[in-house]
Amino acid sequence: MNTNDKAAAARGILAVGGYLPRLRLSREAVAAGHRWMAPGLRALAKGARSMANWDEDAVSMAVEAGRDALRAAGGDHVDRLTLASTTLPFADRLNSAVVAGALGLPSKVEAADTGGGLRAGSSALLRALQRSAGRELVIGSDRRIPTPASSAELLAGDGAAAILVGEGDPLAVLLGAASVTADFVDHFRETGRNGDYAWEERWVRDEGFSRIVPPSIKRALDAAGLNAEQIDHFVMPELLRRVGPLVAKKAGVRPEAVVDSLFERCGDTGVAHPLMMLARTLTMAGPGQKILVVQFGSGCDAIVLETTDRASGSDAEPAWLGAGQPESNYLKYLSFTGQIDLEWGMRAEMDSKTALSAAWRSVATVNGFVGGRCSHCGTVQFPASRVCVNPECGAVDSQTPHRMADEAATVRSFTSDWLSYKPCPPFMFGHVEFASRARVLMEFTDCDPAELAVGVPLEMVFRIKEMDPLRGFRRYFWKATPQRKAGE
Amino acid sequence: MASGIRDRVAILGMGCSRFGERWSDNAEDLMLEAFGGALADAGIEKSKIEAAWLGVCLEENNVGKTAGPLAQGLRLPFIAATRVENACATGTEALRGAVYAVAAGACDIALALGVEKLKDTGYGGLPVRTRGVVADLWQPNASAPGAFAQLASAYQAKYGISREDLKRAMAHVSVKSHDNAVLNPKAHLRNKITIDDVLKAQIIADPLGLYDCCGVSDGAACAIVTTPEIAKAMGRRDIVTVKALQLAVSNGEEAQFDSWDGASVRTAEVAAARAYKEAGIANPREALDLIEVHDCFSITELVLMENLGLSDPGRAPFDILEGRYDRDGAIPCQVDGGLKCFGHPIGASGLRMVYEIYQQVLGRAGERQLGKADIGLTQNLGGHPHQNVCAISIIGRLGA
Repeated sequence: MNTNDKAAAARGILAVGGYLPRLRLSREAVAAGHRWMAPGLRALAKGARSMANWDEDAVSMAVEAGRDALRAAGGDHVDRLTLASTTLPFADRLNSAVVAGALGLPSKVEAADTGGGLRAGSSALLRALQRSAGRELVIGSDRRIPTPASSAELLAGDGAAAILVGEGDPLAVLLGAASVTADFVDHFRETGRNGDYAWEERWVRDEGFSRIVPPSIKRALDAAGLNAEQIDHFVMPELLRRVGPLVAKKAGVRPEAVVDSLFERCGDTGVAHPLMMLARTLTMAGPGQKILVVQFGSGCDAIVLETTDRASGSDAEPAWLGAGQPESNYLKYLSFTGQIDLEWGMRAEMDSKTALSAAWRSVATVNGFVGGRCSHCGTVQFPASRVCVNPECGAVDSQTPHRMADEAATVRSFTSDWLSYKPCPPFMFGHVEFASRARVLMEFTDCDPAELAVGVPLEMVFRIKEMDPLRGFRRYFWKATPQRKAGE
Repeated sequence: MASGIRDRVAILGMGCSRFGERWSDNAEDLMLEAFGGALADAGIEKSKIEAAWLGVCLEENNVGKTAGPLAQGLRLPFIAATRVENACATGTEALRGAVYAVAAGACDIALALGVEKLKDTGYGGLPVRTRGVVADLWQPNASAPGAFAQLASAYQAKYGISREDLKRAMAHVSVKSHDNAVLNPKAHLRNKITIDDVLKAQIIADPLGLYDCCGVSDGAACAIVTTPEIAKAMGRRDIVTVKALQLAVSNGEEAQFDSWDGASVRTAEVAAARAYKEAGIANPREALDLIEVHDCFSITELVLMENLGLSDPGRAPFDILEGRYDRDGAIPCQVDGGLKCFGHPIGASGLRMVYEIYQQVLGRAGERQLGKADIGLTQNLGGHPHQNVCAISIIGRLGA
């Protein structure tokens, strides 16, 4: 049978995307900070974990992963957006509505947040695959802040992954799945708190992973009409080190099928991680391969997929899985995660209260980075205005929406400002010129002062602009970052 | 077509407080110090003043939102008093109010006073503040040095000058102003500095170091204006008049449109052209005996030399290094020490600049008196290079 014919008719995974923050915190640096009181952490002090910049959170990372998937899909048609996370910044304000705006999705999109445990991402993916119709973008994103000196601090990483599901020409289709729900509390975290409370790892391994996961896998394989040896890629985040091979063995999956948990590269990105490991697997897998995705947490999800002829079998790692920027300053990590209060001086006292009525008027401007293009003279201006800025034009009410988030841009002027308050000094900002010739004074992020020069190519990223700790609000906007080749 | 205000208004008296860290003084004390000097200089009774303009920018600093504190502090007799604010050009804005009132014939004698108590903010530099509920949603909350540092990177790129060479020319700007301030008892910073001090100073906003930035001070300055006819009738022989008073405000073109080079202050070009025309000046390089410009940062003074038409484009660093704007140069700039050494109590600065021109024209500048000083220019800039208000005055001897 030609799998292409089957794929054309089937619902499946159309595109994948991923995002890791640029910073990679050295686990050795973390362990060194705790050596005086927890010398045993040395056992985990290998490689690096991804570390969100001060201006990143589950929402901003979700935007970047979503953009990556939509770029790969070659179009931004989405009927439904699901944002899965255990670390959504807002308990009541639809976080996915922010993401939808930043992705430039129309207001008719059905957006929903989901969370409540580490299976939120895998379960959302499964529901999307099982739906009868419609394009759904499922994004998992987590920025967990484990307790300092816990093993979770070393095992966790920050990141996001996105899977676009729908009808078309899929990369992979669903063969079968099984879920089990159990109030098996290997760890928990009260709403609003940082840091999990975890039970003994041996119990989690022996009574949790070993007893709950293999029967679920069996049911999923039965539904798919496969046996365990036929699995080519066993995708299971390792909440405990080396639990993957153990479960694979118990389930009868070949050891060489066990997919790298990315411990060395970024750590476990929580809700995002099964989607991230799957996104990587789908980027690299060839056609006709069987993939088993498993996520443990208050039970288990097991999802069996098969790649189509569209799967390329590439040797190249996805671009988002680059080496990033090494970071060895653990104090900086503690400060970025709000776990130590440093003396920032009076400039940090500025009240960043947001006028919500003004924010609503500017929602497309701010979330979508939409400026105005004059229909008389073609001048693109940001923000859009009633009167065209071109002195030769001056047309009134002539501007149509013009999205700038995906436009190429360059530095026109810049500075590294040590006077202004920013959680990661110096404050870098400057005049930016877009391909459309629009100009905007913008912040630079994920940038080293030495990278800034007039003419440097830039790309736009969605970030936290200011935090308002007094009211528990945060506002987002786009920032410019130097264009980097994959891996930089 | 209006003919402008050239020689239609005379300065009858001026006063200027000592600028500095006036820890023991309120705004009222500074206002009285400047006003007392102006009143004595004018030789009139307080009751002769018919209208007053108060320039205060950061109203939250002791002074308040209306002109009430001026009326109360000076015990003005229920006259019309208006508070004005136009960012860092506030001082000149107050003068505009008084001068225009006299030029219009609405009153015979008017008062302009600018004051600011910056040292009660607790900051080094200007305080952080909101740009408005909409702008705050997307605009970077740029510090002043960060915003003006943009000029330096754009200037380097436009003219192909290295960071080091530009830094050296900027350093000359600051060293020159400190040299001048040594001679001025009203200045805040009266110490000499060296090129090396400037180049090695801590970076504030690259490439601006500490000595590329103006001081932070308290201060007040004041002018009493009338018509030249009244001044003559009062027995004045040496009459100083306003030759031009111009203001240009950005309309968003520099920030949003693609025509601005980022290495200049567009409003200064526009306001200067209008001011020269109003003053009947064909060649400012020959006509101006001295200038006081808005040297909030050394790079600002540097580019302004070009935007005021005094240096050719791309030549300011060379003209500066050759001493063209030194005390003994062709066009002395900041002979009083400038914002660099007076600091920048915002409401006062524009009037403080006019005060220096006025003193020089009258030959009262003491140790720092220039040989020929018939006509001078002040330039007062509020906002950031890409979006600002620029006020220019030309002040000189009647008949010059």
